[in-house]
Amino acid sequence: MSGGDQSLILVLFGAVGVATLAITRWAGGGRRVGGGRRGSSEEFFAGGRLFSPLENGFAIAGDHMSAASFLGVSGLVALYGYDGMLYAVGFLAAWVVVLFFVAEPLRNCGRFTLADVAAARLRERPVRIALGTSSVTVSVLYLVAQLVGAGSVVALLLGDPGGAAYTWTVLGVGALMVCYVACGGMRATTWIQIVKAVLLVGGALGLSVLVLLRFGGDLTDLLTSAAEHSGHGAHFLAPGLQYGHSGWAARLDVVSLGLALVLGTAGLPHILARFSTVPTARAARRSVVWSTVLIGGFYLMALVLGTGAAALVGTEAVRRSSPAGNTAVPLLSFELGGGAGSTGGAVLFALVAAVVFATILAVVAGVTLAASAAVAHDLYESSGRRRRQGKAARRQTLQDGTDRRDCGQEAEGGQGSRSEVAVARRAALAVGALAVGVSLPARELNVAFLVGLAFAVAASAHLPVLLFTLFRRRFTTRGAVWAVYGGLLSSMALVALSPVVSGAPRALFPGLDFVCFPLENPGIVSIPFGFLCGWLGTSREHPDEGRYAETEVRSLTGAGAV
Amino acid sequence: MRIDDPWYDSLSMGGSRPGCAPPPGPVRPPGVRTGPVRTGTREAYLTVQSSAAFREVRGRYRSFVWPAGAAFLLWYLAYVALAVSAPGLMAGEVAGVLNVAMVAGLAQFAATFLLTWWYARHARLRRDRLAFELRWRTQDAVRSARTAAREGAR
Repeated sequence: MSGGDQSLILVLFGAVGVATLAITRWAGGGRRVGGGRRGSSEEFFAGGRLFSPLENGFAIAGDHMSAASFLGVSGLVALYGYDGMLYAVGFLAAWVVVLFFVAEPLRNCGRFTLADVAAARLRERPVRIALGTSSVTVSVLYLVAQLVGAGSVVALLLGDPGGAAYTWTVLGVGALMVCYVACGGMRATTWIQIVKAVLLVGGALGLSVLVLLRFGGDLTDLLTSAAEHSGHGAHFLAPGLQYGHSGWAARLDVVSLGLALVLGTAGLPHILARFSTVPTARAARRSVVWSTVLIGGFYLMALVLGTGAAALVGTEAVRRSSPAGNTAVPLLSFELGGGAGSTGGAVLFALVAAVVFATILAVVAGVTLAASAAVAHDLYESSGRRRRQGKAARRQTLQDGTDRRDCGQEAEGGQGSRSEVAVARRAALAVGALAVGVSLPARELNVAFLVGLAFAVAASAHLPVLLFTLFRRRFTTRGAVWAVYGGLLSSMALVALSPVVSGAPRALFPGLDFVCFPLENPGIVSIPFGFLCGWLGTSREHPDEGRYAETEVRSLTGAGAV
Repeated sequence: MRIDDPWYDSLSMGGSRPGCAPPPGPVRPPGVRTGPVRTGTREAYLTVQSSAAFREVRGRYRSFVWPAGAAFLLWYLAYVALAVSAPGLMAGEVAGVLNVAMVAGLAQFAATFLLTWWYARHARLRRDRLAFELRWRTQDAVRSARTAAREGAR
């Protein structure tokens, strides 16, 4: 790649960065239509709750479609043909679960986080601590996977895989995401996700049209040509290229990951937080319908792009450029623009790189916000909040020389809400620093399993609690706590004992060998285990009928929804 | 987008203030987390829960989502399991370059879109109106229960 191309990409990255910061400034300091007061929790965590279903649908799609799915799914298709489609189907099918069981009840019963739903029915403190801990864990796992992926992809796009580009990307993305969240809260994050979703879907649509035009709109021609240039012939169009030569463990791993993908989306904190930004359950439902259409269309286009990359670039060329296939779409855009040495190719390549950068920024911002909400709204609230607040009030009294407590409950409430937002801002900084700190040395490590792990933890720890809280009359606090810790710890322990951590050449500790669990994704064991824990923990206590009545009535009718 | 949604109107009454009681209720001390079952409202919720109208809404919702959701999940798992365990079967030709695996994969996409559309339609036609009426009735009942409890305490 020439220096001119590189500087064009850098200019576009800069433009994306400036545009997102402008959005943050506009959203953080701009209009307030009917929403919460500036600096209130309602404003910071839910963006004022007045987004329309269409806007939220785009934002959900923007939250969900990571660079990993854009580049990763297309790359897998380019490398392994049909096997890439399994992932696309898994990512999409998850939205049926979200729509049926989670979106509307969550909007009706929750305020900001997942723990709000469970805490309305169960004892607040233990439930909040458990769900807050696992939400932060899921978010940090997901964030590290995104940051490491972002660093590698941007370094590849800049043609500098071994240089300083990785470090600067991780640092830059980390700083930007903390800035969006701390300065703009949910409103800025949402608008960045909307813009990103438009760019990503538009970019994928444009490239797909170019691919189809190249083949005269003939899908059969595209598929046969891809099979020919992949070097696998007809096998390219059928499942089995990726794991066909491996044993049963690799095949079971695909099922395990599929289960985690389809059930995990309904438990991911950054996806669940999106339902608090619309005013009603009906709007939440309609935003999922919009996002399903967008995401489904997007994955269909990603399949076309992966096939196009195999046909036009060739599987071998893709593998030479990146063994994981992440450069399939950028290489394809280079080819579609006119190929080596052409201006069109360089420009299209740079545009795709900019869309990828915007995608990375939007996803990490959403995850950081969800993590900060879990820290401030769940963990901090439950750990001696009142004591600290009392201390703060006394300090204020001493400083001002007036007794604030006389101002009545209104002022106290405002202060509590503001202190929650202040904690959330600091938590965003801390979570960002932690994720960047873990990601920087992880450059050479194979962290691809982290995304699957985040989905598996969400499915094993969060989904049982959500479903039992909403649908099981006999559910109790102990069941919830057991389900969360059972799901969380079993997933983490199984991964620690799996070949991704030790005993394999690509493991985190290739020198050690303490493998007892053969699968890379724990979902197939930990998800049933999480549900089992929730069910077993329940059976001895007596549930509170009145509180269940309240949850059930509110979740279905929307009575008393905030 | 906003005009045809009756629930948007109800929004203007509340939801903007953090830590506040539900719209029609009295002001609850903000910042202080009272349990969700406040004085006197427990019976109100239990009454609504056992009413025929609520049971109807709940029945319609559950009898749709559980069978449809379970069937969809099973169909998805069967698809993934077949793809990993029987690649030979999945490679069988259907028409031209189209094989069984591709038809099954595209059918997954189609099933997702179809169920999404069906659920939204079912909710709009069979649940929304009933649930909306119940919402107001519940909020009225909860408010009068609170008022009664306050007066009883005096």
